[in-house]
Amino acid sequence: MSIDRRSFFKALGVTGVTLAAGSRLNASPSAANKDEFYGMLYDSTRCAGCQGCEFACADAHGLPAPNFEDVPVAGTLRKTDETRRTVINAYQTSKGDIYVKRQCMHCNDPACTAACLTKAMFKNEQGPVSWRGNKCMGCRYCMVSCPFDIPKFEYHSPNPKIEKCDMCFDRLKEGLKPACAEQCPTEAIVFGTRRELLTEAKKRINDNPGQYHDYIYGEHEAGGTGFLYLSPVPFEELGFNTTLQKSSYPALTKGFLYAVPSIFVLWPALLLGLQQATKNNDKNEEEHE
Amino acid sequence: MSNGNYTAQQATGTKSTWKFILSELKPKGKLLTPFNIISVPIILTGIVLIVIRFWKGIGSITNLTQEVPWGLWIGFDVVTGVAFAGGAYVITFMVYILNMKKYHSIVRVTVLNGFLAYLFYAGALLLDLGRPWNVINPIIGNSFGTSSVLFLVAWHFLLYMIAELIEFSPAVAEWLGARKAQKILSGMTLGAVIFGITLSTLHQSGLGALFLMAKDKIHPLWYSEFIPIMFFVSSIFAGLSMVIFEGSISHRVFSDQISESNQKGHHNIIHSLSKICAVAMFAYFTLNVLVFVHEKRWSLLNSPMGYWYLTEMLGFVLLPMILFFMSYRKRNITLIKVASLMTMAGIILNRLNISVIGFKWDAVNHYYPSWMEITVTLAVIFTEIWIFRWVIRRMPVLRETPGWNSDK
Ligand code: SF4
Ligand code: SF4
Repeated sequence: MSIDRRSFFKALGVTGVTLAAGSRLNASPSAANKDEFYGMLYDSTRCAGCQGCEFACADAHGLPAPNFEDVPVAGTLRKTDETRRTVINAYQTSKGDIYVKRQCMHCNDPACTAACLTKAMFKNEQGPVSWRGNKCMGCRYCMVSCPFDIPKFEYHSPNPKIEKCDMCFDRLKEGLKPACAEQCPTEAIVFGTRRELLTEAKKRINDNPGQYHDYIYGEHEAGGTGFLYLSPVPFEELGFNTTLQKSSYPALTKGFLYAVPSIFVLWPALLLGLQQATKNNDKNEEEHE
Repeated sequence: MSNGNYTAQQATGTKSTWKFILSELKPKGKLLTPFNIISVPIILTGIVLIVIRFWKGIGSITNLTQEVPWGLWIGFDVVTGVAFAGGAYVITFMVYILNMKKYHSIVRVTVLNGFLAYLFYAGALLLDLGRPWNVINPIIGNSFGTSSVLFLVAWHFLLYMIAELIEFSPAVAEWLGARKAQKILSGMTLGAVIFGITLSTLHQSGLGALFLMAKDKIHPLWYSEFIPIMFFVSSIFAGLSMVIFEGSISHRVFSDQISESNQKGHHNIIHSLSKICAVAMFAYFTLNVLVFVHEKRWSLLNSPMGYWYLTEMLGFVLLPMILFFMSYRKRNITLIKVASLMTMAGIILNRLNISVIGFKWDAVNHYYPSWMEITVTLAVIFTEIWIFRWVIRRMPVLRETPGWNSDK
């Protein structure tokens, strides 16, 4: 049963990507295809904690290979940083030790992208949120805004980069799967369109209600993310922030940004009117307010 | 400045102007003042640190972390500095829009102060940018991140500096004795003022709006969807307190520049400003109370951060507000100065609480600025004061404009 699904996703990974990456490069976004971009489904019940994805990721992006001694141990939190875009952590839970992978969530409506004033942080049509060095000015506003603390900055370089998972955007363009998904020996990481992944995740929960906690992390968090998680235990136990708002973060600044044009029209007119009205008040001794 | 080569190429007519400028570049006044003795070593150290920063990266002299990516340079230099520069838009509003003539004598110095504040504190932003060579991307080119609040703020800084330069330019023209230019530039003042006030409204609140997306990172006592409005309202009394503070120092240090009638009028001005401060602070305080009660934040108070919040709100907003009201009643100038100092401290607290202290307050590794970050900040402030003093000693800012100026 599960073999079928796995081979289905394998096929999808190869043919699906090639087809879609080619044809969707020029597609325009619309509300209707909100789930028709790529994401990944990570199933922590399958993850063996082998760190294969960490090695594959480092290799694919020219980052230093992980230290062999630095293995996930419950109780110590390993964090992504400017030298590693993804990490595996171990958590002691009510159902024993469980591994969790961390990386950029590739939000549907990313805070980092809305924050970026140069469009260096960019949500691509195909789903990945990637960073473009030729545009970035290094203001780190993306880091301030990302609710998952994902973008990392090279503080010790005169030509610093922002490091974060980009869902292997360059590989996708060549029709390949992200390096971690390709590497994972237990198929804990599955690559596909968000719609397919959601269907698959729900199916797994329905088929094995005892095995899974009935929740897909990322379905609604921060307005929905491209990276989805399944877990056997409630997500708090795995160090996830479960109090994040369910609507998108950029929506928080919309009210302010929408007010800007009206102020730009109203204010000058108002000020000019005031100026005309008080023009002949040479004897304006009493202060206002 | 390297006007040397340039001078030689000038036609004879303008040659004298450049000679004049060159001669003006020389320092005036005593060299060994306490201020100079303190500021020069700090500025020199600051320059060395800045060189190291561009050579080895931002992390070589700052304590910034991956979780707290903005520290003292943004939280104090930019966010707080710009609030203090708010005096310029408030005073120009009163003088040019409400035609309150009695504040006319402080317009120029306030605008100069505002302009230099933007130039230096917003300029300090460049030190904090990891890839400053790309700073023009949001200004020219096709990289407009229009959905970014920072994009808006960056544009507004730039445009507002131009507006303030225009507002100040008649003083430069008078200094150079350029009568025609003075007339033209004076004619542009009202336009620049209207534009400047509009920009100020938006970017003062915009600085607050920057933090809206950091909803889960800022301590809930300081985070609310009203941060932009709070920032705007508080910039009114932040700016005016700065005007009062700066005025009382300038009147001592540059007393030779100020005419007798303006000396006398100054107390009167300070006195009226204190009332405006008090009213603005009242609005601000009420707004804070409303948000607090509406969001039912009582349970947050009984914690170290809660006490810290109370210190800010009661000790540095409510108390100076009462002092402003009292000093207005009693016409007590010393009390006004004390209140304005406390208000300024409160603004520093508030801006730092949102941008640095309360930002990731629960992180394992707290951010504290390094001595090098502090030194660079001080160097920026001292350099600004140097330029301020240089201009005051030469241009008609505090002193009366030359007789040929028909505006007067
Ligand atoms: S997780 Fe953070 S960095 Fe990744 S897309 Fe979302 S906001 Fe951007
Ligand atoms: S650091 Fe770069 S990518 Fe991040 S918001 Fe600033 S310009 Fe954009």
